[in-house]
Amino acid sequence: MPVEETINFHTIAVLVDNEPGVLARVIGLFSGRGYNIESLTVAEISHDENLSRITIVTSGTPMIIAQIKAQLERLIPVHKVSDLTIDGPSVERELALVKVSGTGEKRVESLRIADIFRARVLDSTNESFVFEIIGDTGKLNAFVDLMKPLGLVDVSRTGVVAIARGVGSLEDEKN
Amino acid sequence: MADNQMQGSEILMQALKDQGVTKIFGYPGGAVLPLYDAMHQQNAIQHILVRQEGGAVHAAEGYARSTGKVGVVLVTSGPGATNAVTGLTDALMDSIPLICITGQVPTHLIGNDAFQEADTTGITRPCTKHNYLVKDVNDLARVIHEAFYVAASGRPGPVVIDLPKDVSMGFGTYLPPEKVKRKSYAPRLKGDPKEIKKAVALMAKAKKPIFYCGGGIINSGPKASELLTTLVRSTGYPCTLTLMGLGAYPASDPQFLGMLGMHGTYEANLAMHECDVMVCVGARFDDRITGLLSEFSPNSKKIHIDIDPSSINKNVTVDVPIVGDVGQVLEDMIKVWESSRAKPDQKALKAWWKQIDEWRAKDCLKFVQKGKVIKPQYAIQRLYEATKNLDDVFITTEVGQHQMWAAQFYGFEKPNHWLTSGGLGTMGYGMPAALGVQVAHPDALVIDIAGESSILMNIQEMSTISQYRLPVKVFILNNLYMGMIRQWQELLHGGRYAECYMDSLPDFQMLAESFGAVGLKCEKPEDLDGMIDEMLKTDNAVIADVRVDPMENCFPMIPSGNAHNVMLLGPEDEADKPISEEGMVLV
Repeated sequence: MPVEETINFHTIAVLVDNEPGVLARVIGLFSGRGYNIESLTVAEISHDENLSRITIVTSGTPMIIAQIKAQLERLIPVHKVSDLTIDGPSVERELALVKVSGTGEKRVESLRIADIFRARVLDSTNESFVFEIIGDTGKLNAFVDLMKPLGLVDVSRTGVVAIARGVGSLEDEKN
Repeated sequence: MADNQMQGSEILMQALKDQGVTKIFGYPGGAVLPLYDAMHQQNAIQHILVRQEGGAVHAAEGYARSTGKVGVVLVTSGPGATNAVTGLTDALMDSIPLICITGQVPTHLIGNDAFQEADTTGITRPCTKHNYLVKDVNDLARVIHEAFYVAASGRPGPVVIDLPKDVSMGFGTYLPPEKVKRKSYAPRLKGDPKEIKKAVALMAKAKKPIFYCGGGIINSGPKASELLTTLVRSTGYPCTLTLMGLGAYPASDPQFLGMLGMHGTYEANLAMHECDVMVCVGARFDDRITGLLSEFSPNSKKIHIDIDPSSINKNVTVDVPIVGDVGQVLEDMIKVWESSRAKPDQKALKAWWKQIDEWRAKDCLKFVQKGKVIKPQYAIQRLYEATKNLDDVFITTEVGQHQMWAAQFYGFEKPNHWLTSGGLGTMGYGMPAALGVQVAHPDALVIDIAGESSILMNIQEMSTISQYRLPVKVFILNNLYMGMIRQWQELLHGGRYAECYMDSLPDFQMLAESFGAVGLKCEKPEDLDGMIDEMLKTDNAVIADVRVDPMENCFPMIPSGNAHNVMLLGPEDEADKPISEEGMVLV
């Protein structure tokens, strides 16, 4: 049978017990088995239930993506794994802080582009801005690219967070 | 809260007792002294003192594999824990349920590079099914009970509990086993009935079917082996087993094709290659089995029963995946098979068996015993003949040629009686594993079929064997080489035998005697039966040094990077079927 070789990006949400070492387990799984991590975010989402949610953007062939999900589900503190890319419609957002330094026309231009991208100015000196921009990964990439010739000095990005559209929650979703 | 207040070390002992533990394999050290103190003050649990922590883990594996219970290991922090890592990885690869309790420096010293400190949970995370660092003595009982559940349920595996010394000395509340559950862990045991029906329909239509079964059946328990035997017999289909699965189906049964894979039989591998329906039960399409993946069993529909969803479609895409405990799935499958009154195509089946019999006629395991040198295959064959009618015989092995010959020439009728390091291929596994088996089955005959190189990797455990008067028999096929290395160097590297000759070997007879065991030696074929008899008659532990042909190679063999239908059947094939460059990079 022909081997399916197309490599696709998938956004995977993982609900885990918030306990020491849980992130190391997830990351170790990816590095140990040679899977890619394009981005990874994690934060506690329920203090009472002691749950954290990890959002991973990864890439691979369909067979690899299926393996990644199965391997994640095998981890003992993992409650739920959902492939938001194929389990139905979802929304994704990322936030970036972008520092641009310069004077004169470049400085004005950076502000103008920030306005087009609906980026906010969080900090300003006579020679610099820190912009906050929210959007999908493509929008952030475009913004950062445009800032490069205008004096880009620093970028800090959160990585992707994502959630399914509609009424369902990650916990009660079916696989 | 005043109820059930106990010291951490007592909580551990109580929890182990409540889990039905009667034997622990271990080695003391500074960080576990409180635990040893608590153990010293009770009689329910016997501690077996090994000579190196690696031996403790393999012994616990032997104990677990031969009883179906969880094996328990107790080692100290730092080097105690790192010495255990090989055994833990071995248990993970072969799905053996273990609990390994490691001492740890007190919580306030963790991270300070304290004496005998190691990041045990960090080091063992990838080589355990799960691990715990217990920082609060009130968590201890829950963690232990949960650890037993995790180790034994689903796809079994090793679990480490890292226990800082201040936690084992602190006071906390004990919790009995029934109060423990974990929301995020619930292995699926029951197979999807729809998939089972699909599988049965596929099986009933098959013209060239085969059962390909593995260690999952052993893990599921003896009942699963009985169910497999029932199903295979009621279908009339051929059955082959992996290295880990030997004993799951009776070796003497005419429907058994022998082991498959790299050193499997011609008929098993050819039948896998040519089949039209493959029923994989509790096996995982590992690279020793499949050979070249792109040409693996190209024309078959594949049914795969496995308790671990990540085993499905990992290496080979299957048509009917069934996630569940193989015992339960087989039970349901038999019901569906019977109620559907499935009638296999007898004409096709007859033709299939005729084809298989032609492959069998190749007699791929044949060897010629002549002259003054003992052939290793002959040694195992004679050992098998001398022991096959005995009641309870357990065979363990080390890793290498002798392991493959043991798998090929020793017939196993029952599960749990064959113990070998399959996934990890750990030299030095066999003797400590045999020790663990003998602890669990004091009256059984336990034989470690070994090589002279492997045996030296954990030879110190002879001292443990001696201390507990365990009558383990170590049957060394001594060919003076790391035989499998030599074989590969012959086949792949122009016969340049780099560092595979075992110079300066000890005199194994004297070595045995120095440990208080009996040493035997045999150099001539005509003396072999006599030596085996003497070994079996001896109440004490024995090291038998059997000098075998140093240049003998293990055949049949699928050279790395080849498909099942490309097999070397013997030395005469070596020149005809040279190994490709791609094959050489594979292990």
